[in-house]
Amino acid sequence: MDISASVLTYFLIPAVKAVVVVILVATAAGVLTYIERRTLAFLQVRKGPNRVGPEGILQFVADVVKLLTKEDVVPAKAQHFIHFLAPVLVMVPGLAVFAVLPWGPEFTMRIPGLGKITTAWYAADLNVSLLLVLAITSVGIYGIILGGWASNSKYALLGGLRSAAQLISYEVPMGFAVVSAILMARSLSLVEIVEAQRTHQMWFILPGLVSFFLYFVSGVAETNRIPFDLPEAESELVAGFHTEYSGFRWAIFFLTEYANMITISAIATALFFGGWLRPFPSVHALAFLDVVPPVLWYVLKVSCFLFVYIWFRGTFPRYRFDQLMALGWKTLIPISLTNLVLVALAALGGFRGLRILGIVLWGAAIGAFLIVTRLRAAKPPAAKTAPASVRARAAEA
Amino acid sequence: MPFPAGDTLLILPELFLTAAASFVLLWATFVSRPRERGLAFFSIGALAATGLLLFVSARMAGTLPRSAFGGMFAMDRFGLYFKGILLLVGIVTILFSLRFISVSPYPGGEYYGLILFSTVGMLFMASGTHLASIVVALELMALSQYVLAGYFKRETKSLEASAKYFVLGAFSSGVLIYGISLVYGAAGTLSLAGIATAFTTAKPPAFLVIGIIFVGCGMFFKIASAPFHVWAPDVYEGAPTPISAFFAVGPKLAAYAIFARIFFVGFGPRAGDWSAIIAASAALTMVVGNVGALMQTNVKRLLGYSSIGHAGYALLGLLAYGDASGIGLWSILVYLLAYAFMNLGAFGLVILLESKGYAGESVDDFNGLAAKNPWLAAAMLVFLLSLAGIPPTAGFVGKYFLFSAAMKAGWFWLSLLAVLMSAVSLFYYFRIARAMYLVEGEGTLHWREEPAVSAAIALCAAGTLAMGILPGPFVQFARTCLLPFGP
Amino acid sequence: MTAPFFFWFFAAIVVFGAVGVVAMRQPVHSALFLLLSFFGVAALFITLNAEFLAAVQVLVYAGGIMVLFLFTIMLVNIRRTAGQPYVHRQAGAALLVAFFLLAVVGGTIVASSRTSGLADAPADPAKLSTTTISRMMTETVDGKTVKTPVTEQVAGNSQAVAWGLYRDYLLPFEVASVFLLVAMIGAVVLGKRTMEHVD
Repeated sequence: MDISASVLTYFLIPAVKAVVVVILVATAAGVLTYIERRTLAFLQVRKGPNRVGPEGILQFVADVVKLLTKEDVVPAKAQHFIHFLAPVLVMVPGLAVFAVLPWGPEFTMRIPGLGKITTAWYAADLNVSLLLVLAITSVGIYGIILGGWASNSKYALLGGLRSAAQLISYEVPMGFAVVSAILMARSLSLVEIVEAQRTHQMWFILPGLVSFFLYFVSGVAETNRIPFDLPEAESELVAGFHTEYSGFRWAIFFLTEYANMITISAIATALFFGGWLRPFPSVHALAFLDVVPPVLWYVLKVSCFLFVYIWFRGTFPRYRFDQLMALGWKTLIPISLTNLVLVALAALGGFRGLRILGIVLWGAAIGAFLIVTRLRAAKPPAAKTAPASVRARAAEA
Repeated sequence: MPFPAGDTLLILPELFLTAAASFVLLWATFVSRPRERGLAFFSIGALAATGLLLFVSARMAGTLPRSAFGGMFAMDRFGLYFKGILLLVGIVTILFSLRFISVSPYPGGEYYGLILFSTVGMLFMASGTHLASIVVALELMALSQYVLAGYFKRETKSLEASAKYFVLGAFSSGVLIYGISLVYGAAGTLSLAGIATAFTTAKPPAFLVIGIIFVGCGMFFKIASAPFHVWAPDVYEGAPTPISAFFAVGPKLAAYAIFARIFFVGFGPRAGDWSAIIAASAALTMVVGNVGALMQTNVKRLLGYSSIGHAGYALLGLLAYGDASGIGLWSILVYLLAYAFMNLGAFGLVILLESKGYAGESVDDFNGLAAKNPWLAAAMLVFLLSLAGIPPTAGFVGKYFLFSAAMKAGWFWLSLLAVLMSAVSLFYYFRIARAMYLVEGEGTLHWREEPAVSAAIALCAAGTLAMGILPGPFVQFARTCLLPFGP
Repeated sequence: MTAPFFFWFFAAIVVFGAVGVVAMRQPVHSALFLLLSFFGVAALFITLNAEFLAAVQVLVYAGGIMVLFLFTIMLVNIRRTAGQPYVHRQAGAALLVAFFLLAVVGGTIVASSRTSGLADAPADPAKLSTTTISRMMTETVDGKTVKTPVTEQVAGNSQAVAWGLYRDYLLPFEVASVFLLVAMIGAVVLGKRTMEHVD
């Protein structure tokens, strides 16, 4: 390979991809805020932003302009350098992760003047890319704690510490869930994991039902979203770790939160929902689905998860801090350990073992669902009256 | 399976003890304070059962020595000898602790569990034949002990002991591991046998000497020999007394086990590089320990300094590396057994005398003991005589063989110094004896009637006397427990 | 060609971070320098084609341990040591001893690497990233379970690390797990408030 070709493959193309990814992610995050506000409004039977542009679609542009032109306030007694560093420490990992997200398979294209170039819908495929994702996302926490600390504000510090505790706690079940996917695919590379779902002729959601559940719950916690958004619980902590941030720096925190949501959804898609593969990748009868290009499949699946995120926000109340910790340590971690053992045993049995595990898990889940709904139907709905204790208190009052 | 199933059989005793320790921890969560004795008796039973399992698995292993887990672990008579003593030390420590813990405001479950975990570490140390497994086992032992030292966490002294032990222990582990990394660089392997082969077949690079020195320094710390001894008196003084007894004996024995194994088996071919360092440390240790003990009025500190001196004597055995009869090694084995008996016994008396606060730890508290309880005084006298190395006690036998080993190896001046320092030690041991027999008690003394501690003391006294009067079987047995070493 | 450059670059970062740790007066700043040092080490692992170790280094040390360090520093709220002297009064003696040790150890290592050829060019990094392993492969052929011994070249080093940990160093690995259990118990024992004896 001559120099120009290696410059092309190792420098130019990745650089182009990096720039494109950053722009896309930033835009996507902006659009996502708009979609979130509209969806929430829909759920709450109101209108939401609808003035800027057709149906308010340009609202996020207006927001960006507002944030950019806002005064950037730094508290007088803040640790200036760290206060400045914190948003950077949050954003860099948040964007760096996108280097290894597998949006689509390899493809060949013709560039005038350069000839045919084989490249892929991802910037890099490392043999440890999944581990890299975990590693990089775990670094993002520094921005949050340091931002909270450097602001020299009680609320910010408490928010930062809370979020550190939360992120560390939920990294454990998340790690175990990811490991179970690794066991199924026998690889740490995201691309190979997606490909493994083709060779296994099933998406890993089949044997990985519990793993996916654990992953997504932990993922919601990792991104500090409702119902786990305690670090920014406005009723207790004003705005949590970014209380003392304003203008563009605040925007960076905000943008990264959305970027992280995209990451979590993308990894969930790659690990459990076949990545860029169409549904039932082995059934020939569904081959017509291949009309949709792989990248679109991926984006579609990711969008579904992002919608679920927003849906959660419109549905669930916030946890209390001790409940959050109890859920993480006393519920999710034991479940994830048990699940890991089950998946490992199934993976020992190869394809067939995984398939049996999947059938058992789904059977149990559907069975439990049916039984619960049947019981609900059999019993008259619980009386609309409040529990006895509440009634007693009301009577006292 | 990468390893044959038989390998698991070889570590069965250790596995069992680990399970027992975990079980004690679990059980402790369901046990109320007054019933914690059950935990102690269970722990004693577990240690005894481990001893039995050692015997069984050694029998089933067939011809010894046998190596397991790719050369990480060896079942040989040398290791078994140490393991036997270490289990005994564990049992005696728990007997010492029964009442001590139940009258203290601290829970017993974790206490006994940590003693068992520490013993697990020591057992693995005694069998480690690979620097990786040795270091990990050493850390397992040490970490349990850092916690045990600070177990009485509302006593400032106990916390101070723990903090000192932890900081210095961690630092010395760093030195040890740095040395090991240099040795690895020179030998390309961490297995002791592999290191020996590497050094006999090729000329190792010069930095190996530095590696050996660093490993030596780490070991000097663990056996509390000068100039890495300063932690010992403070830790022995501050730690709960049964734990001081444990520290003075258990870790020291286990450290000697790995010391001998690393230096004889691994660094054996390079004996020329290290004998001078060990000789220097031995000389310094004997002087510092014995002279330091002269000025102590606290018995625990005194015993701490005296144990430093004893570590120095035992180093003499390592110097007799080259002797074909293996006297260097078996004299250490004999001496350490004697050391275990007499030191545990002496600490046992301190425990009996100790009452609230730190009363009972001063030499003056022994005043008039002979008149009040002649049996206890007699037992203490036996331990003191043995510590000083006067026949017919175990200490004499141990020292006799150690000093003659040093003589045989040509270290005349060291042997002379050792004898001289034994004479010095008479002064401070005699101060306790004088307090017991010649000074009238002033009524400050109130020992506690404790059958468990008394039984343990009786056991130690019997051992000390038996070894002193009939050394033959002990020596014969120790001679069968040598390491395969020498070029 | 480029490898030495990257080595020296990242090694410099590691050392810079390490110096920063001890030179800073504010504990949080020290922690951040330690973080920098960890990243340097991770980068050095990558230059050695040990991606797995690099990722684990970041995940465990940077993402886990250092966060807890920071957490503790912030919780105990160490006051700035502004008024206190920057160097201990024994600093001179310590420096002397440290430089003496550095001279002896460093000098010997450099000298012996010159003579014994240890500093020769390291093995080809490309070869380092593959590991030969032999294992029993279990396959299901025609409904029967067949075990065949296979020897394969494993690309990447996750497998190599796994084989090292779970085969060659199985015993120390397991003992280390007991060690961690004890560390946890110890922390609880020393850290928890005793319920009884509140008088």
